[in-house]
Amino acid sequence: MATSVQNIIEKYNKDKTRLMDILIDVQSERGYIPKATITQIANALDISHVDVEQTMSFYHFFSDKPTGKFAVYLNDSAVANMMGRQKVKETFENETGIKFGEVTPDGLIGLFDTACIGMNDQEPAALINGQVFTNLTPFRVKEIVRDIKAGRPLDDMFTAAYGDGENRNELIKSVVVNNIRKKGPILSEDYTPGIVIWKKLPQMSPEQVIEEIKKSNIRGRGGAGFPTGLKWEFCRKAKGEKKYIFCNADEGEPGTFKDRVILTERPKLLFEGMVIAGYAVGAQEGIVYVRHEYKYLQKYLENLLQGARDRNLLGKDIGGIKGFDFDIRIQFGAGAYVCGEESALIESAEGKRGEPRDRPPFPVEKGYLDMPTVVNNVETLCAAVKVLLNGGEWYRNFGTKDSTGTKLLSVSGDCKYPGVYEVEWGFTVNDILEMVGADEKQVQAVQVGGPSGSIISSAEFKRTVCFADLATGGSLIIIGQQRDILTDIVLNFTEFFIEESCGSCSTCRNITYLMKNKLEKILDARGVKKDIDDLVAWGKILKVSRCGLGQTAGNPILTSIKNFRHLYEEKIQKDKDFDSAFDMASAVKESCIAAGRIPTLN
Amino acid sequence: MSTLVKFKIDGVECMAETGTYIVEAARENGIYIPTLCNIRGVKPRGSCRICTVLVNGRPMTSCTTPITDGMEIENNIPEINDIRKAIVEVLFVEGNHFCPSCEKSGNCELQALGYRFKMMVPRFPYNFPVREIDASNPKIIKDHNRCILCKRCIRTIKTDEGKTVFAFKKRGLHLEINVDPEMGDKFTDDMAVNAAEICPVGAILLREKGYQIPIGKRKYDHVAIGSDVEKIKI
Amino acid sequence: MSKPIVATTSLAGCFGCHMSVLDIDERILDLIELVEFHKSPIDDIKKFTKMCDIGLIEGGCCNSENIHVLKDFRKNCKILVSVGECAIMGGLPALRNGIPIQECLDEAYLNGPSVGRNKKHIMPNDDELPMILDRVYPCHEIVKIDYYLPGCPPSAELIWNALVALVTGDELKLPYEVVKFD
Repeated sequence: MATSVQNIIEKYNKDKTRLMDILIDVQSERGYIPKATITQIANALDISHVDVEQTMSFYHFFSDKPTGKFAVYLNDSAVANMMGRQKVKETFENETGIKFGEVTPDGLIGLFDTACIGMNDQEPAALINGQVFTNLTPFRVKEIVRDIKAGRPLDDMFTAAYGDGENRNELIKSVVVNNIRKKGPILSEDYTPGIVIWKKLPQMSPEQVIEEIKKSNIRGRGGAGFPTGLKWEFCRKAKGEKKYIFCNADEGEPGTFKDRVILTERPKLLFEGMVIAGYAVGAQEGIVYVRHEYKYLQKYLENLLQGARDRNLLGKDIGGIKGFDFDIRIQFGAGAYVCGEESALIESAEGKRGEPRDRPPFPVEKGYLDMPTVVNNVETLCAAVKVLLNGGEWYRNFGTKDSTGTKLLSVSGDCKYPGVYEVEWGFTVNDILEMVGADEKQVQAVQVGGPSGSIISSAEFKRTVCFADLATGGSLIIIGQQRDILTDIVLNFTEFFIEESCGSCSTCRNITYLMKNKLEKILDARGVKKDIDDLVAWGKILKVSRCGLGQTAGNPILTSIKNFRHLYEEKIQKDKDFDSAFDMASAVKESCIAAGRIPTLN
Repeated sequence: MSTLVKFKIDGVECMAETGTYIVEAARENGIYIPTLCNIRGVKPRGSCRICTVLVNGRPMTSCTTPITDGMEIENNIPEINDIRKAIVEVLFVEGNHFCPSCEKSGNCELQALGYRFKMMVPRFPYNFPVREIDASNPKIIKDHNRCILCKRCIRTIKTDEGKTVFAFKKRGLHLEINVDPEMGDKFTDDMAVNAAEICPVGAILLREKGYQIPIGKRKYDHVAIGSDVEKIKI
Repeated sequence: MSKPIVATTSLAGCFGCHMSVLDIDERILDLIELVEFHKSPIDDIKKFTKMCDIGLIEGGCCNSENIHVLKDFRKNCKILVSVGECAIMGGLPALRNGIPIQECLDEAYLNGPSVGRNKKHIMPNDDELPMILDRVYPCHEIVKIDYYLPGCPPSAELIWNALVALVTGDELKLPYEVVKFD
């Protein structure tokens, strides 16, 4: 084992900034990362034991204990639960004889909960040793467990046909489906890879590229909406020996899966977008940071990168432009939502914990390895190709004045046609509901922008999806009348934020769980009016957290109080203004058992 | 070359060298902004969030934000002070802070901020977490019950070769400080003394020492934290 | 106008806070002029027979009896004040929070160094005894508390200032030196 670990370390040139890759390889080879290996890695990289441990212990998919020969990670997101996860989970437990969080005594199967794996349109879904199993039913779970026990290899366990499009590719072979419901400029098949690199870039200066992007008015698609042209310009002007282009493909916002579809169907478009960005800012290296959940795409993506190198779309003198060298590598994450925040993503790519940095300085000045770095969303980079191909003016024909172009929506939940929709900005929520086959009368709420966004009621369905009104990274979860918003959605999302906090800020680390406890008090019918007031007041404290995760961690509770206050008011006690929720019976239970007496409760 | 810039804190005209962190610039102008994770002279981290001010209306940590010309800073305003007080309170309920029996009592910065903000009781329910006391290191005791995860020890204490001694472990609610188990002799007496000194609370203690200063003579027995800054006037 | 009535009690406390009340020295004579004591260890009145204006609570709640007494105080006092660290956050008794109760009882009655004479390994379980709670609770996590006086014990100054403020309705004076947590 020591040798195989040594080989892994050598593979990454004993480079401590590649610690993530080293740990990922060890984890996937061994199923866990034992203490002795941590010491071995630390010694080889000439860093402290605790340095390795701090990175390792940060990420969900690294474990210091064996996770089983078959590690099952069952999605625990709200939509998975809406689609029948509970029965699937119980079947896994019954069939294996263990609870979630445990490994079978023979070390064969481990069961674990995991945050949204980007399959909301085909839930319940699980990752088993990195492979995706979708549309799980109790019946299917029995088959899978039986197959595992029978010693069948993972690839032989699929009973359904492989998914559509490139999901069938020899290098993917996955049952995942794309569910592309509406195409626009990005998802359009009308695209010749390399066309901008060959036909446009050689005629344009980097400044002209930036000018064209600015003309398009395109804004970042991750959710924050920073003008892309401006970001590129800042980075171009920043001083640095080297510059980097990062593609943020860490889509961890529960309910978002459009990047998975782009990575599957339009990866060449994305890579070309990165090359364009590299040309514009003067970078030589691009890194696609892909969430661990999409590791099943690794071979496919790496093969495409090789193909691009073979065709001079990557490498030296790209597109025949003398001196324009650019290459791309893929960096996988290891399970941390916060790494979707650009500076946390950079930290992670440097082999560290995914803790967001303090800003200023911004990544465009001091990013990856302290060099000027652009971090763009997958969709933004793809759109940049089309902007250069057809011109900024053309791009502005799509969408609204302040939100130009199209947006890929990931739609899931209670509707007929979940999937990916490329729409022009400016659609109302009502338009979208109609489009996805959701009966407005059956819809109780829509979660716009995932847990960090807001949950809105029918009173707001007239609102428009655009930066000026309802900004979104693209996740729309439709919540039917049959759902219990507070337990099914709000509690689940709040627990998600607690699980995913990096813990660095005192506010995000603490306030979120304090709010969750208070929410549970209300759900247990022990709440009073002051509890609702406290939730609103405490939510404000979160706003001083460092990053977007912390600042929005209260949103599930805060936006549901704003838009569904009656649900809270129905649950609180009207005749009391104080209830500590203290329960004598449960408080004395343990000591009475210990002393061997029957509690006297009156 | 240094350039002086003008800025305002709560309407008061101030001056400092451009690029100075707000908290230091304020200090130079005799204005105290409470801090907890910050240590002068060490790269700031902005993790406790207590030094949050409003810069042109937006919340920013003053320990990490450099001053620029014309900045309008709001510091001593009810909205911000209440958040600061809430942060002190949340740190009290997060761990197990038994002031009456703590070696650091009277010299503790968290406690001192509690005094400054007149915290009579935290607004949040006590968590009473189950945490370890790590006495495996021959020179220090790490009492996780009192740790507020400010990262001061992580950022300050390094070996002679610049290697990490303290580091975070896990994340979120499970976050804790991890002391390198393989330091051995490289963990010097100086490092131990520095670590105990740099810790704002009683989470890092020197072995076989404690309660050395009698009540009445401790740092915050008679004067509020920050009062030294407020006396400086240019 | 009749004098305001004050009741006091010590729950899971050490009576140190009550001692601190006595530390107001000769002002105790003023205090007697100012208020009337009702149920309190100070005058040994055991039962509430009338509504009180102010209840001073020392100590947190570690057993069922503490809970009963605290609720009784809440019922019979218009204003309840948590006095001292134990009432506010459990104090030293709360050091046991986090240790399983079985372990605590075993240590106290079976395994501890001072239980040599408990030869029959008896774990007290008479119904007359209060039941031990799973942890020590701050008072405000049981009933509504109106004011808090921190300290271990709170200084005589703080207690005096608070009582005067409550009785006169004047603003409570809190100079730096009177608010301490130890």
